[in-house]
Amino acid sequence: MTAFVIRRLLQSIIVMLAVSLVAFLVFRYVGDPIDSMVGQDTRLADREAMRERLGLNEPFYIQFATFVGNAVQGNFGISYRLQEPVTRLIMERLPATIELAFASATIALVFGLFFGVYTALKPKSPLTSVVMTLSLAGVSLPTFLIGIGLIYIFAVELGWLPSFGRGETVMVGGWRTGLLTESGLRSLILPAITLSLFQLTLIMRLVRAEMLEVLRADYIRFAKARGLSNRAINFGHALKNTLVPVITITGLQLGSVIAFAIVTETVFQWPGVGSLFIQSVQVVDVPVMAAYLMFIAFVFVVINLIVDILYYMVDPRLRVGTGKR
Amino acid sequence: MRKLLLTASVLALAATAMPASAETIRWARGADALTLDPHSQNEGTTHTFAHHIYETLVWRDTEGTLIPRLATEWNLKEGDDTTWVFKLREGVTFHDGAEFNAEDVVFSLDRARSERSNMRQLHADVESVTAVDDYTVEVKLKGPSPLYPNNLTNTFMMDKTWSETNDVVEVQDYAGGEDNYAVRNTNGTGPYKLVSREVGVRSVMEVNPDHWAETDPAVTEIIYTPISDAATRVAALLSGEVDFVQDVPVQDIERLSSTDGIKVATGPENRIIYFGYRLSEEPLASSDVTDKNPFADPKVLEAMHLSIDRDAIKEVVMRGNSVPTGVAMPPFVNGWTEELDAYPAPDLERARALMEEAGYADGFTVTLDTPNNRYVNDEAISQAVVGMLGQIGIRVTLASRPVAQHSPLVTNGETDFYLLGWGVPTFDSAYIFNDLIHTKEGNYGAYNPSGYSNAELDEKIESLGTQTDIEARDATIAEIWATIQEDRVLLPIHNQVLAYATKSNFTIDVHPENQPNMSNVTIGE
Amino acid sequence: MAAGDGEPIVLSKPPSRLYRAWDSDIFYSYRRSPVTIIASIVVVIIVGAALLAPWIAPYDPFNPASLNLMDGFTPPFSESRMGNFYLLGTDNQGRDVFSTILYGSRISLFVGFSATLFAMALGISLGLVAGYQGGTADAVIMRIADVQLSFPAILIALLIFGIARGIIPPSQQESMAVYVLIVAIGLANWAQFARTVRGATMVERQKDYVSAARIMGVHPVLILARHVLPNVMGPVMVIATIGLALAIIEEATLSFLGVGVPPTQPSLGTLIRIGQQYLFSGEWWILFFPALTLVLLALSVNLLGDWLRDALNPRLR
Repeated sequence: MTAFVIRRLLQSIIVMLAVSLVAFLVFRYVGDPIDSMVGQDTRLADREAMRERLGLNEPFYIQFATFVGNAVQGNFGISYRLQEPVTRLIMERLPATIELAFASATIALVFGLFFGVYTALKPKSPLTSVVMTLSLAGVSLPTFLIGIGLIYIFAVELGWLPSFGRGETVMVGGWRTGLLTESGLRSLILPAITLSLFQLTLIMRLVRAEMLEVLRADYIRFAKARGLSNRAINFGHALKNTLVPVITITGLQLGSVIAFAIVTETVFQWPGVGSLFIQSVQVVDVPVMAAYLMFIAFVFVVINLIVDILYYMVDPRLRVGTGKR
Repeated sequence: MRKLLLTASVLALAATAMPASAETIRWARGADALTLDPHSQNEGTTHTFAHHIYETLVWRDTEGTLIPRLATEWNLKEGDDTTWVFKLREGVTFHDGAEFNAEDVVFSLDRARSERSNMRQLHADVESVTAVDDYTVEVKLKGPSPLYPNNLTNTFMMDKTWSETNDVVEVQDYAGGEDNYAVRNTNGTGPYKLVSREVGVRSVMEVNPDHWAETDPAVTEIIYTPISDAATRVAALLSGEVDFVQDVPVQDIERLSSTDGIKVATGPENRIIYFGYRLSEEPLASSDVTDKNPFADPKVLEAMHLSIDRDAIKEVVMRGNSVPTGVAMPPFVNGWTEELDAYPAPDLERARALMEEAGYADGFTVTLDTPNNRYVNDEAISQAVVGMLGQIGIRVTLASRPVAQHSPLVTNGETDFYLLGWGVPTFDSAYIFNDLIHTKEGNYGAYNPSGYSNAELDEKIESLGTQTDIEARDATIAEIWATIQEDRVLLPIHNQVLAYATKSNFTIDVHPENQPNMSNVTIGE
Repeated sequence: MAAGDGEPIVLSKPPSRLYRAWDSDIFYSYRRSPVTIIASIVVVIIVGAALLAPWIAPYDPFNPASLNLMDGFTPPFSESRMGNFYLLGTDNQGRDVFSTILYGSRISLFVGFSATLFAMALGISLGLVAGYQGGTADAVIMRIADVQLSFPAILIALLIFGIARGIIPPSQQESMAVYVLIVAIGLANWAQFARTVRGATMVERQKDYVSAARIMGVHPVLILARHVLPNVMGPVMVIATIGLALAIIEEATLSFLGVGVPPTQPSLGTLIRIGQQYLFSGEWWILFFPALTLVLLALSVNLLGDWLRDALNPRLR
């Protein structure tokens, strides 16, 4: 167990180092950092002094080491655009993105499970064919079009839901949440739905495929032969056995939901890290770009690590040959 | 866990209950203030925001007249036409309780004209600022400067002690450097105090109960939300999420006016929309003509001016909401005449002939840099001009950027051809000349990336700062404009018209400098 | 063709190549799927119209000389102020919406195809190398692919776009925009190809004929090109088709976010971004028709990809 965890940890660190190398290259070589920091009137001597002070004359590997060292301490420098420490900017916007990501993951999971099970159990029902067709359309509709459509229908024409932002927010122990106010919750609905559609389709198709597979398995046939009720078979055995891979995939997808939120956040003016990233790309705010990249990589690595370790604990087969995985 | 939730919901209740009792205005605008440091940026959105928290010595009403604010009187010193004397308002306190006096004015004016301040060109002629007593300040100028108070409408007063305590004596270096306390924190004398601010998301201000004004503002709380996307901004007003949209897209004016419970006010802004181009001899960076600069040829410039159909831009792009003009100066400005304002009817045949004469029968290529979130329909205006120039063979590539990225191109001279808007807070032509026409050097020509340099003209422009004989001064202004028009230094399009949309119970007058102040808003039923 | 026809089989003309293709499994499944037929017709129409845009478009929206600003905002099927007729109306600049869609699809498809080809070339080469060479090369390439696959393509593309903006001088940015998009989207999508090709290559590599060729001293590049590549083309085509739909959507998304092609040379995404501004003022056609085209195109290509996957891999049906 320990050996396995250590090896996975090492792998994660290597991945993080690789990503930080990319982030560093972006940070260091996209545009001259000095040019971004000083006015054009700065004299050459001052520039050279600044270069020296910032360590830009050091050898490559020392600069990289400094960058990693600072990154580990959560220091990514100052945003060129907003003149504020990057870490503070990201931390301020993180709660918004995380709340949006979790809300949409929940929607995707609940409806994905429901439709997946339904379409597997009732393959001939007309609703199934409607759902299956819609699911393909869902994949082909760009997220931003779905967002615009929802805003137009529910915010402007019907006036039921807010069209932008997070509504009222409340600070709870350093965490700015929109989940505790009515306007905050109402503001969450449209963006969460928009963001969830893609994952919803994915989960639905996965559940359906897994269910169909399991329903053909021998033990289900035995259960039927034993005269167990359909309900007990479908939900007690079949669904239970499909849940493990489904939950794994959902967990793994959580990271990409956070990254995927970029587009949704832009359409709904959701003040999260994704819209921060877009604005930074537009004006080449390199420190924010580098930090966001590291942040997303970190989320992925942590989620993958947790999933791997959980798998290891749940699935005894993996424990036999500790060397192979 | 349950306890935590309970506390949280109590907090939530408190938070939602608050706005219902107060007169809150939810104000949406396309952009956020760039910084809270009052002297760091000379930019309209930033100033409008700052006017609620900080105050200036003088300011303008919606008619454009200069009125007292922190200064109650101002005169030229008797027998000395190079010194202005300002009498300060007594009994004014900063938000932290400190008293406002002459020391703070000296500090603030010195800060505003320091090296890193973007406000410094307005104070270029200042030699020294001294406090005579607690409530009198003298500003000594390098020469006679009859219009100097006009330059003070956006120069905000800070507290000297607060600035020293918080290490913000130096203006924030916007181009880089360290985080600055004044970027996030404020201490002004204004009618509102900053309650909270999430950059680019939401800022909340509450009324300052200790403000010196005799009447309390009707609006007691301001929730300021930048919404960059115009359609979302309109949607927010239609769905009742905001009360006031400051920049209404022209295409939506009709729909909003006909919606129950919403009204739209329009009025002219003191702002000109124009195009500028590189006029120096060296070849353009973005053109296929690599051995010379086509814009340096007067015939090409004349052809360009003749190809622009300003009426069509007004009719279609602006939907009637603009005032086309032939001079880069709004009618509010001293120096404006009807003759200058007249613009030529488009004459494509003549324009094409001129292009041919200049040796560009097959045209040339160039990149046009345009902001896409600053002025009313800025990107669409540029696009229309691309089409019009295409008619005479100039093939233009449009480079569209947010203003934050666009304006450095102009100030750093990295553009061949660009759109810009210019407001004239001093209501005087000199303000236009100083920044747009004068050779780029020292305090002059900050927004003149064209390389246009006319020593004789520069001399005349500089003389305006010290000319006391108003008649002679106006004559010089007229001469300068004549040269500008002859050399076609700028390509003016129109004066911008503003549209404010509000819930029907709010009344907000259109301000010629697009600086509405919530303390002047009236609330009806 | 029953035996009782009386004609000796040897005398009958051998079925043409075309007929054999038509009679094959793949086309059998094609003929049996009306949805696929419709999808392919839609794709052919849109691609054809885009290719032929200069000849069939009533106006050239990229030629500013033919524009008339006064014709702006003309509704569909009606005559403009200047007395011109526009099938799908005009946009805010007086450009014929029908023509801008034709030209816009051209740019969207050009970016989509080029990016997919780029991703394909890169992915196949790296996949072949990884699968054939094994060892360190394999480990490094596949690790990079793993990491990259766990990021959404749009994020990678945005990042590359951001880097390009930092490197390219401002005066060149707009003229380079299309190529930056192609590289950005291509680099964001290569990993899927590499992974598939590597798997197939490893299988082929074990086979006797490949070992034989290797022992005979045939150059590895030749072995890969002649023996391995043809065997992986099936799955590659499936990924490429679905990848094309993805690339088209990614291009539209980037252009919509304002980091794509310039508004004077609009792709479908740029057209949607422009049209969105007129959603509330009643000029719905500026947004609606480009959006409809984009959705139809992406949906049809996706349907084709789905069908191709099922047809090439009957077990999955």
